[in-house]
Amino acid sequence: MKPAPFSYYTPRSVREAVALLAEYAPQDGRVLAGGQSLVPTMAFRMARPAHLIDINGIAELATLKVEGDTLHIGACVRHAAFDSDAVSGATGALLRKVVHNIAHYPIRTRGTFCGSVANADPASEWCCVMAALDGVAVLQSQRGTRRVTAADFYQGVMTTALADDELLVGCELPILPPDTRVGFVEFSRRKGDFAIAMALATYRLEAGKIIEPRVALGGAEAHARRMPAAEAVLKGATLDKAAFVKAAEAAAVACDPMEDFNNTADYRRGLVRTMVERALESAVKSES
Amino acid sequence: MTAKPTNWIGVSVERLEDRPLLTGQGRFAGDIGFPHQLHMRIVRSPYAHGKLSGIDTSEARKLRGVVAVWTVEDIDDLPPIDFREGPNEKLAPFRQPVLAKGVVRYVGEPVAAIFATDPYVAEDAADLVELDIEETDPVIDAALPTSGFAQGLTTEPTICTQGYGDVAITFKDAAHVIEMDLSIGRHSGVPLETRGAIGRYDAARDVLELHGAAKVPHKNRESLARMLSRGTAGIHLYEGHTGGGFGIRGEIYPEDILVLVAAMRLRRPVKWLEDRREHMIAANHSRQQRHRIRAAVDKDGRLVGIDDDFFHDQGAYIRTHGTRVADTACGILPGPYRLPHFRVSAHFRLTNKTPAATYRSPGRYETNFVRERLMDQIARQLGLSRIEVRRRNLIAPEEMPYARPLVALGDEVVFDSGRYEELLDKALARFEWDELEVAVKKRRAAGEFVGLGLAMYVEKSGLGPTDGARVNVHTNGEVEVITGGASMGQGFETVIAQVAAQTLGVDYRNVRVIHGRTDRIEYGIGAHATRATVMTANATLVAAEKVRAKALDMAAQLLQADAANLTIVDGVVSRTDGSGASIDLGQLAHHLRPVSPTRGEREPSLASDGWFTTDHMTYPYGAQFALVKIDPGTGGVTIEKMLIAFDVGRAINPMLVRGQLVGGFAQGLGGALFEEFQYDERGQPLSVTLADYLMPTAHEMPVVDVMMLEDAPSETNPLGIKGAGEGGIAAVGAVIASAVDDALGNQGLITQIPITPQAIKAILDKRKA
Amino acid sequence: MSGKRDITLNINGEDFTVTVEPRRTLVDVIRDDCGQTGTHIGCEHGVCGACTVLVDGEPMRSCLMFAVQADGRRIRTVEGLAKDETLHPMQEAFMKHHALQCGFCTPGFLMLAVGALEKNPDLNDEQMLDILSSNLCRCTGYENIVKAVKAAAVVMKARV
Repeated sequence: MKPAPFSYYTPRSVREAVALLAEYAPQDGRVLAGGQSLVPTMAFRMARPAHLIDINGIAELATLKVEGDTLHIGACVRHAAFDSDAVSGATGALLRKVVHNIAHYPIRTRGTFCGSVANADPASEWCCVMAALDGVAVLQSQRGTRRVTAADFYQGVMTTALADDELLVGCELPILPPDTRVGFVEFSRRKGDFAIAMALATYRLEAGKIIEPRVALGGAEAHARRMPAAEAVLKGATLDKAAFVKAAEAAAVACDPMEDFNNTADYRRGLVRTMVERALESAVKSES
Repeated sequence: MTAKPTNWIGVSVERLEDRPLLTGQGRFAGDIGFPHQLHMRIVRSPYAHGKLSGIDTSEARKLRGVVAVWTVEDIDDLPPIDFREGPNEKLAPFRQPVLAKGVVRYVGEPVAAIFATDPYVAEDAADLVELDIEETDPVIDAALPTSGFAQGLTTEPTICTQGYGDVAITFKDAAHVIEMDLSIGRHSGVPLETRGAIGRYDAARDVLELHGAAKVPHKNRESLARMLSRGTAGIHLYEGHTGGGFGIRGEIYPEDILVLVAAMRLRRPVKWLEDRREHMIAANHSRQQRHRIRAAVDKDGRLVGIDDDFFHDQGAYIRTHGTRVADTACGILPGPYRLPHFRVSAHFRLTNKTPAATYRSPGRYETNFVRERLMDQIARQLGLSRIEVRRRNLIAPEEMPYARPLVALGDEVVFDSGRYEELLDKALARFEWDELEVAVKKRRAAGEFVGLGLAMYVEKSGLGPTDGARVNVHTNGEVEVITGGASMGQGFETVIAQVAAQTLGVDYRNVRVIHGRTDRIEYGIGAHATRATVMTANATLVAAEKVRAKALDMAAQLLQADAANLTIVDGVVSRTDGSGASIDLGQLAHHLRPVSPTRGEREPSLASDGWFTTDHMTYPYGAQFALVKIDPGTGGVTIEKMLIAFDVGRAINPMLVRGQLVGGFAQGLGGALFEEFQYDERGQPLSVTLADYLMPTAHEMPVVDVMMLEDAPSETNPLGIKGAGEGGIAAVGAVIASAVDDALGNQGLITQIPITPQAIKAILDKRKA
Repeated sequence: MSGKRDITLNINGEDFTVTVEPRRTLVDVIRDDCGQTGTHIGCEHGVCGACTVLVDGEPMRSCLMFAVQADGRRIRTVEGLAKDETLHPMQEAFMKHHALQCGFCTPGFLMLAVGALEKNPDLNDEQMLDILSSNLCRCTGYENIVKAVKAAAVVMKARV
C-alpha cells in the first residue's frame, strides 16, 4: 500500500503556501499537515494528490493563543496540545474532555485540530466543537482572507466551504464564560474508533434555570451541527433530568441520521437520544 | 553461588525467543532479502464474480523497473493448489488455480503478477494492468439454493454427513423438541504480520528455496515439490520469525508458488510482501456457518437426539484443507454430552468470497456456540437451570474412554479422559457463580441489564501420529535440539528446551532449538492443531533420554563408576554421592567423536534421534463463565468478570500456557462482539482495513481469571501434556452469547455472532414498545 | 519536485544520509534504506501501531509520515533501546512478564510505552491503559503487556 508519486513542497510562510496552492490546487494539489487522515487514503491510493504542500514548517501556524475572548488555533496545532493546561477555563475544560476521545495517543501527537476541521469527517470531534461553539474557520488564499462560521463552513459529508486554493490557516473559538458547564460523550464500537454518534452540551445557570444552552450533534448526521430543537427545550428550564430527557427526545426527533451498512438510521437516532441526555448529565458535574 | 535448578518442567522460565525480538533483531519475512532481488506485486480481481476475457499488461510492462508481468498463460503448466492431505477426485475441480483462468470468483483473486526492481514501482505497474471482466451475479449466501460453479458442477461440491443411531425416531417420540437457527460470522486469524514469501533459486546447489515459510514446512515442501515437478531434495523451506499464525499462515497460497517459479525462470530472488488490504481479501477466512439444528430431549432435559443441517460458507475455492473444518465441526459438535442419536449434514457451499480454511479451534469455536446455545435453550424451555441441564448430560468419568462413531480432524473421536462435572464444580466455585446469581437478581431488580453466561467444551490436541527429534551435544557442552516443528510465537523453542534440559540435566539456556528447517531434519509436523508440545516435546524427551543414557555410559567408563550411580547437574556428570571426579557433557561429546580413541564400539557423537508415536488424540476440556452488563442506551456490552477453566494435562511452562489461553480469549472475544468480514450484495468486501475489521484492543479486554487444571495428565504421552493453544478461544463465542442472552432475559434471542450493539438495542427497544 | 531528494535521518544517534522519493514512507526508509528492520509494518494505514517510533521524543506512526518530513529530526527505534548487552528496563519487563509471543507488535509497543513514560513518568493506570490501547496485539491479549509496562514504569522512575 505505497502511495502514488507526488511532487513535494515545503513552504516556510503562509504567503508561500497559498501561492503554491493557487498554482497546484487545480492540478490536484493538497495540503499536508498532520497527515493522520490524508496519508492512509494515499496508502490506499484512494487519494492521489499530484502535489503535496507540507505546511508543518510554517512557524506562524503553530500558534495557540487567547486574544481577548477568542481562542486562536493555528493550522499546525496538534490534538495533543489540548490535553494540557494550555487553555484555561471552561473552554479549556471542554477541549480537554473532548481530546481524549480522538483516535489514539500517537495520532494525537501528530494530527491537527484544523486538519480535522478541514477534513470534515462526520465523526470528527473538533467539528462538533466548532459547530457547538459557532467557531470560525479562517481561510486564506491569494485572493484574500475569509472568515466562515461553522454553520456555513460545514456543507455535507466531508464537504466544506473551503475552496481548492484556500488554506485553513486557523480556527477561532469563543472563550466561554467561566461558569459554563461543559459535557461531551460519544459512542463507538471500540474506544478510539470513529464515533457512531456524539453529543456536546454547554450551558450556564441563572437562578437555577438553564441559560445559553448549546447542544451539538456529531457522528450521526452528514456533518456536525447545533440542535435548536433541543436548545429550545433547555432554555429557561429547571436543571433536572426531565429537561434532559425532553431535550434528548427533541434532538432525536429533529436529527437526520445517516445510514450505513452497520448502522440504521433508527439505531443512530436512538444513540442521539442517549448521547444528548448523557452529555447534559456530564455537564452538570463539570464546574471549572 | 546458588545451585541451579535441574527441574525445568513446570517452571515459568523466561523465553529463549525473546531477546532478538525485543531488540529488533527478528527475521520476519519482510526482514529477509537477497542481493539483486525482484519484488512481486499481485494484481487482483476487483469483482466477486465475472468472466475474465482479457488482461492488458502492455502499459505495465513499459514502466521503468518492471522486469516481467505474468498472467495464467505464462504459468499454464502449473496445476491448481492441491489438498494437504493428498488428492481427492471429487473435490479436485474446485481447487484454486495459481492465477485466474477465464473466470474470477472473489474480490482479491490473483489475476496477474508483476515483477519489478522496487515494491513502489511494482504497485504502480499493478495499477496499469487493465482487466477485461464481465461482471456476473455473485453468490453471497451459502444457505440459498445452489448455483452453477462450472460445467456440470454446482456450488455444493459435497455434503459431509456423519451420525449414528436413529434420529428420526427420537424426534417422533420426544418429550420436547428444541429448534434453533444459529449463525457464526465470517472472521479469521488476522495476524499482525501479513504474509510474505521469498523465493530463491540457488543455482550453485540446484536448490529452490522458500523463505518466510511457516506452520508445516515439511508437508509444504512435499506439496510444492509435487506441484513444481521437483524432487524434495531440491527444494527447501526456511522459517524465520513468524508474526502469528492462528492457522492462517503457512498453508500453500498462489503467491508462494509464484515466487518460486519466478525465482527459477527469472533467475533472480523474488520477494513478495502482502499488504494489509490484500491480507483481508486474500488470506484464509474462516468460521462462517449457519446451523439449523434440532434437539430432542426427554422430560428431564437429557439429550436423546440432535439433528443438524448446516451450511458451511467455504468461499470461492476449496483450499489446502479440503473439507476438514466442516468435517471437524460434524464430529465434535456433541461436545462433552451424552448423545444417543445424532445426524449432521454439512452442506459444503462455495460462494464468491475469499476462500476459507482453519482458524484456531476450527470447527469447535463454531459448534461450541451452536451446542451451548442449544443447551441454554433446553434449560429455558424446560424451566431448568442452565447448570442443571449441563450436569444431567455430561459424560461421567466412569464412561471414559468414551468413543463416538464420529470422525474429527481425520481421527475417530475417543475421549481419553475427562472429569467434566468435577471441573464444572471447581469452576463454579472459583467464579462464585451462586453469589453472582444472587447479585445479578438484585441488580436486575434495580433496572440493570446484567447476565451470566456459561459454556462447556471439549478440545482436540496432540494430532499424531508420529514426530521425531534429534538431540546433539556439542563439544562445548551446548545442546542442540533439531525438530521439524514450527514457531508462530507460542514459545515452542523454550518449551522444547525445558524438556531437553530437564532430561539431560543442563541449564535450559544452554539449549538451542532448531525448527522450520527442512534442510536440518528430514521429517516434521510443524505447529498446528495444538500438537507441537504434545508430539515434538515427547519426541524430544525420547531423544534426550537416549542421549542421557549414552552420556552416562561413556562417563561410567571414564569415571570408573556404575552408570546407575551417576547424576548430571548443570551439564556435569558425577557420582550421586558426590565423591570422585566429574566430567562435563562437552568433554563426553569430545570422547564420543568419531576419531576418539576412547569411543570404543559406541556410536559416534553424543547425539540421538527419538521418535514418539501415538494413535490417540487427546481431548482436553474446559468451562468458561462470564458476567456481562449491557448499556441499554447504546447496546454496548461490558464484561465484568470472566473465567476460563481448562484442563491442560500438564503445563511445561505455566506462564506460556496462560499466555496462550488469554491470547486465545482475546481472539474469541473478537469473534463474539467485534470481528466480521462483511460483503455487500455485489460481493464487494467491506472489511478491508483494520478500521473496519475490529479487533480487541487493551481497552476491550476484561480481566481474565484462568484456572489451569493439571488434575488429569494425559495418559497418551509420557509428559502428560494435553496442549492449550486452542483452549482459550474455543468457547468464547458460546459463553458471551450465553451471558448476553441472559442479560436480555434468556429468551434465546441471541442466535448469531458477532453480537452488535445495534442488535442488542433493537431487542431492548422492541421490548419497551 | 517528485524527484528524489537527499535527506539525513538521525536514527538512535547515528546519521543516515539517503536519497529518496518524497512518497517513501518513514518506516520504509528506516527499514530498507537505513537497514533498521526492528520497526515493523502491520497495516500501513495508521491503525495497528507496529511502526511506532519516537520522533523528537514523540511516539508517532512511521507509516503515516514521509521520510522527507523527518529530515534532520531525532528518531529513536527499538534498536536504540538496549545499551550494548544491557536491555532497557522496558525490554527486561517484557521478557519477565511474557509480554510478547510472536514479537511482531513488540517494537511498536516498546517505543510507545518508553516514549509515553519518558514524557510523563507518573502515568496512572487509566492513562496507561488508554495509551496501550493505541496499538494492536493479536497474540497476548494485552494482559502481560500492561503488567510489563507498569513494572517498567517503576524502574524507569527510580532511575531518573
